[in-house]
Amino acid sequence: MSDTTPVLELRKVDKSFGPIDVLHEISLKVRAGEVLCLLGDNGAGKSTLIKTLAGVHKPTRGEILMDGEAVTFDRPKDAADRGIATVHQFGGTFPLMSIGRSFFVGVEPTKGWGPFKIFDRKTANEIAVKAVRDFGITRIEDGDRLVGGLSGGERQSLAIARAVHFGARVLILDEPTAALGVKQAAHVLRIVGEARRRGLAVIFITHQVMHAMAVGDHFAVLIRGAIAADFRKGEKTREEITDLMAGGESMADLEASLDTYMENHEGHAPQPAA
Amino acid sequence: MSNETLPTRTARPGAGAALMRLTRRPETGAVIGLIAVYTFFALLGGPVFTGPAGFASWLNIAAEIGIVALPVGLLMISGELDISVGATIPAASLTTAILAGHYDLPDYVGVLGGLGVGLMIGFVNGMLLIRTGLPSLIITIGTMFGVMGLTLGLTVMIAGSTGVFLMSDVATRFVLGQFIGGMFQVTIFWWLAFVAAFGFLLHVSPVGNWIFALGGDRVSARNAGIPTDKLTVALYMMSGFCAAFVGVSQVVVYNSAQVLAGQSFIFNSIMCVVIGGVLLTGGFGSIVGIVIGTMTFSIVNQGVFFTGIDPNVGSVIIGALLLVAVMTNDGFRALALNLTSKKK
Ligand SMILES: Nc1ncnc2c1ncn2[C@@H]1O[C@H](COP(=O)(O)OP(=O)(O)O)[C@@H](O)[C@H]1O
Ligand SMILES: [Mg+2]
Repeated sequence: MSDTTPVLELRKVDKSFGPIDVLHEISLKVRAGEVLCLLGDNGAGKSTLIKTLAGVHKPTRGEILMDGEAVTFDRPKDAADRGIATVHQFGGTFPLMSIGRSFFVGVEPTKGWGPFKIFDRKTANEIAVKAVRDFGITRIEDGDRLVGGLSGGERQSLAIARAVHFGARVLILDEPTAALGVKQAAHVLRIVGEARRRGLAVIFITHQVMHAMAVGDHFAVLIRGAIAADFRKGEKTREEITDLMAGGESMADLEASLDTYMENHEGHAPQPAA
Repeated sequence: MSNETLPTRTARPGAGAALMRLTRRPETGAVIGLIAVYTFFALLGGPVFTGPAGFASWLNIAAEIGIVALPVGLLMISGELDISVGATIPAASLTTAILAGHYDLPDYVGVLGGLGVGLMIGFVNGMLLIRTGLPSLIITIGTMFGVMGLTLGLTVMIAGSTGVFLMSDVATRFVLGQFIGGMFQVTIFWWLAFVAAFGFLLHVSPVGNWIFALGGDRVSARNAGIPTDKLTVALYMMSGFCAAFVGVSQVVVYNSAQVLAGQSFIFNSIMCVVIGGVLLTGGFGSIVGIVIGTMTFSIVNQGVFFTGIDPNVGSVIIGALLLVAVMTNDGFRALALNLTSKKK
């Protein structure tokens, strides 16, 4: 498994906003059918990292590779066209749209021709409902329901099902379980497992170690914009990971990496995380 | 209609589900408001109000505001406002009157000129918005003052007064200024045509989905591949066109154009739209709602004249109606969201 080409790979990616350095030499790989958990405290740079992957930000230095080939994303659409789908914390951004309508935003199924093309609501609803039901969310049966009326877990599931339906190969989930209760979170974790089973490369961002351990194959801990640890499933215990995230065990490593960093960057310390 | 989609799966197809489906519609509150307002004025105004003259009086008003309220509503659903309609209306009437009246060109030249001015104002609004990213409230207040000043200045310069007369020919009058049965303005039928066109655009064509998405979240809509900038400019041009259409038909109906006509349309159009259940911050609303809001507004506006009530009370009622409408619409929206999520 580990000798297959990663779907997505980062090589020494740096990201600065003007004088503020947020990401330092991030190197990561994620393969098809694998869940990479990105752990890190608030302000560690997780959102910045995924925005870089999603084409919102351009890396200041370093390379992004897909299937072993260097790629550049000028806008989020470029990343989306390549099959990188991002699902945000609240899953879907159109709470007042119906399930069918929001599922097909920008790619509406139509009937008819020319200026009289009509939005095929029936098909849209059927496909959207089927897509979520295939992910095991059987409570959703009416495509006219408003997305905002779904529970948090259902919304996440809908967003993930949508990404998979439109051929996503890399699924980036930004803290999908952060705002959810235990049951709802379990729900979403099951969906993440299902996405992996379908052969997607999943990047799962979280600061909840339990959630990460439940689905992760591979873990990376981000501290102040640098990868402080990178390990596979079973290589560390929950306590060790928690310590890592808090910076405990890795403090020495981190200081060492800071020194190297300052040497390489004319004495600038990385910007402290807010 | 929706029941056809999944006939066997609908959990509770009984009265509860039907009610739930109803509360999910943006115009539910507006329908209740319309019935209440109509009943109130029917009781106080008596048979004159409920007879043809009563109908004509509020339908004529409704048609003019309604034609402007439709695109203003679409813009609001897309998350934007358009204040400049108040200046576009007189700018278009004066253009028509100056071209066809003052310069004595054929009527159609005047009409096309007036409509062209509307499209141009809309284009400028849209371009300013997408280029500067400033709030549309500010931009369209700016263009309103700009257009107002230009209209006044140019009219005085060309015609030497702030009003211009136009005696339009038979054909123009037939199309735009006729009174059917001696009291129903032909504008009412134009309004219906616009309702059909905008209804198609918002609820039937795929562009409608873009408008909802744009109002829900502009950035996500753009990332989903929707041409958000073009769409915004197009919506402002529709708004300019519709305001100009009202301005042009007014000059044909009243035989003259005045620089200050049109101011009342600014707030009236917004009120019709909001009473009709469109969410002020965008992303939610319907054409049926906008039409009902327009009718409700016009009934109050004209109804007071059929009762013994002081006409100023009409303004108070409209103000109260607006607040009640916003509250009930919020309530219905919350209900639509909650009811569905509690259903396990
Ligand atoms: N556009 C930006 N300009 C300047 N600093 C930024 C920008 N975006 C993020 N940062 C900074 O980068 C750091 C990491 O932020 P973020 O990626 O949001 O962390 P996380 O998602 O892990 O909580 C923070 O200190 C934040 O202030
Ligand atoms: Mg974050």
